[in-house]
Amino acid sequence: MNIEQTDFYTQAILSMAALVGLTSFLMLGQGRLLRLIFVFALQGLLLTLTTALAAYSLNNPHLYISAVLTLVLKVIFIPWMLRREVMLMNMHRNVQALKNKTAVMLGGASLMVFSYYVLHPIVQTTSPVMLNALAVSLSVVLLGMLLMISHRQAVAHVVGFMSIENGLFFAAIVATKGMPMVVELGVAFDVLVAAVLFGIFFLHIRTSIDSLDVDLLNRLNEVDK
Amino acid sequence: MIAAYLVLLIPFIGIIFFAVSGHREEIGKINVWLNGICLLATIWLAINVLNQGTILSSNKAFLIDPFNVYLIVLTAFVGFTTSIFSSPYMAHEKELGKLTDRRLKLYYSMYQGFMLAMYLVLTTNNMGIMWVAMEGATLATVMLVSLYRTPESIEAAWKYFILCGVGIAQALFGTILLYYAAVQIGDLENALLWSVLYENAKQLNPEILEIAFVFLLIGYGTKIGLVPLHNWLPDAHSEGPTPMSAVLSGLLLNDALYAVVRNKMLVDGASHSNIAGYLMMGFGLLSFLVGALFLHRQKDIKRLFSYSSIEHMGMMTFAFGIGGPLATFAALLHMTVHSLTKSAIFVTVGHAAQVAGTQSMDKIRGLIKTQPKIGWGLLIGTLSIAGFPPFGVFTSEFLVLLATMHSYPWLAPLLLLGIGIAFAGLFRHIQPMVYGEKPEGQLPVKANLWPVIIHLGLVLWLGVSIPGFLAHWFSQATLLISGSTPL
Repeated sequence: MNIEQTDFYTQAILSMAALVGLTSFLMLGQGRLLRLIFVFALQGLLLTLTTALAAYSLNNPHLYISAVLTLVLKVIFIPWMLRREVMLMNMHRNVQALKNKTAVMLGGASLMVFSYYVLHPIVQTTSPVMLNALAVSLSVVLLGMLLMISHRQAVAHVVGFMSIENGLFFAAIVATKGMPMVVELGVAFDVLVAAVLFGIFFLHIRTSIDSLDVDLLNRLNEVDK
Repeated sequence: MIAAYLVLLIPFIGIIFFAVSGHREEIGKINVWLNGICLLATIWLAINVLNQGTILSSNKAFLIDPFNVYLIVLTAFVGFTTSIFSSPYMAHEKELGKLTDRRLKLYYSMYQGFMLAMYLVLTTNNMGIMWVAMEGATLATVMLVSLYRTPESIEAAWKYFILCGVGIAQALFGTILLYYAAVQIGDLENALLWSVLYENAKQLNPEILEIAFVFLLIGYGTKIGLVPLHNWLPDAHSEGPTPMSAVLSGLLLNDALYAVVRNKMLVDGASHSNIAGYLMMGFGLLSFLVGALFLHRQKDIKRLFSYSSIEHMGMMTFAFGIGGPLATFAALLHMTVHSLTKSAIFVTVGHAAQVAGTQSMDKIRGLIKTQPKIGWGLLIGTLSIAGFPPFGVFTSEFLVLLATMHSYPWLAPLLLLGIGIAFAGLFRHIQPMVYGEKPEGQLPVKANLWPVIIHLGLVLWLGVSIPGFLAHWFSQATLLISGSTPL
């Protein structure tokens, strides 16, 4: 299949998928928290654009609501909340270089290949475009997990968590033209509550261990001390 | 159908009521009343289902069939009895200065929030809403795990939040794939309705559904507490308030398993390979054995019984994985008896920890001498959960074993071994706690043990004879899940 032969919408979706994937990799290698949050907001913006584009091309007005929800939640509210937290804790100056950046990035690349491998069976029933879109979504989910594993700051964990959510959202928009409205509202509500809870948690963790480094959360384990 | 709406409406009113005016003295009693009314509504619903069979609401949003109706009643029942226990327990915790008025308000409000999420998971016909409600249950309970605000409880809550949040995100991916498979055969609006999916299961693309099921099992499996995704479970159970441990173990785990089985029914309809069953058997057996082994090295009494929950959930997952009529029937029965027994145990454990002033098993001694009711309650509860006849757990475990010997005889020794290890693991800890001399300064507490007596009585009854209507439901549900009846 030649990409120039497909219609505008398909081409746009493919480029969006590539860009969303790219932002995930950018987040993965990022040592500075403020930049991490910025890239996360960028990913949210890409999602908003994709949703708006889908709403326009498919003539599906309820997707505009999803686009607005994404814009408000993932581009404005959550990044604002995280940024405030970073400033409050004075963490924006110290750079947390990843210990084994090369390994993490290579791991990320292999996760992407793995996503294509896992979803390959579905190519028999649909277009290769769908495979690309779904595989990128899955790899965004997996890269989000890798981000949570490789970073030690609670803020980075929240970014990873929310970027997993982004990957799922992208899959829902591209592969199925959005979930039914009631489900989408429910998911958005859950994300909102989760974001608020994260805010409360930061406060609690800060007051209890005076830091947002999750490595210090190590009291409960099965190893006898 | 009104009954089903009522079941959802009452906890919703509860959330708002407690959030607004939760500072009253009699707040615990109001919680008992709300749960009691809800229990009556579920019984009304159950009678409707008994008379009319499966009910599908007119807008197709809710589906009540023999598989979920008994779980709904069970949820309401455990919610009700736990609220009876929680009222004096939380008041005592407040007297000890562990809690403030505001946190108590949060506790009761979120108690109702959790119940609402559980009812929604069970009644909804929409697989997407099921996911939303499951995530909602995490969100409602996460603040309850950290209710005491100790560093340990905050760590446990953070772990619970992150692990379950990430885990359940996998289930959403699975649900999206399910939807993707469904829209290919048409009808966008209704494509996530379970009843529609089930009717058209044969036309769904088996490859996509198999991939979807892997994600769904991992996702909801995190909430079931399947090894190796179980790490949050002992922490959340040991650090949260005890009534929460009782409902988490008794209800949340069951409902997550319910979600997996609902999805498995779709995959089984579409695909002819038994991949879903094998996956569940593998994860189930692993959880069962690991849970049993970990019982031995526990020091905290609530952690001990949370590992016992992992072990039992593993066994149920395994039984649903085998998939024959007998195994399915056994798993449905085991869901009921485990839920009743485990919540009863957590109630006694809560009192025992208040008696001894600690959750450390090394320090809890001589319970029977200090307060016989609690000591005997704990002992009998443990006997029941370990699978002693004539309790119901024995019946269901025996049936699982029978089904295993019939379908996969070479796995039966592993099951027997696991049951033996678990038995030893429980009793080496429980025996010194209930017998022996009481240590100095250990005083009885005000305890209401009616929930325990009723729960264990029911388990005993189910072990001796299963009442006709319940057996009918189990058979109907078994027919629905496995394609034929066991009897």
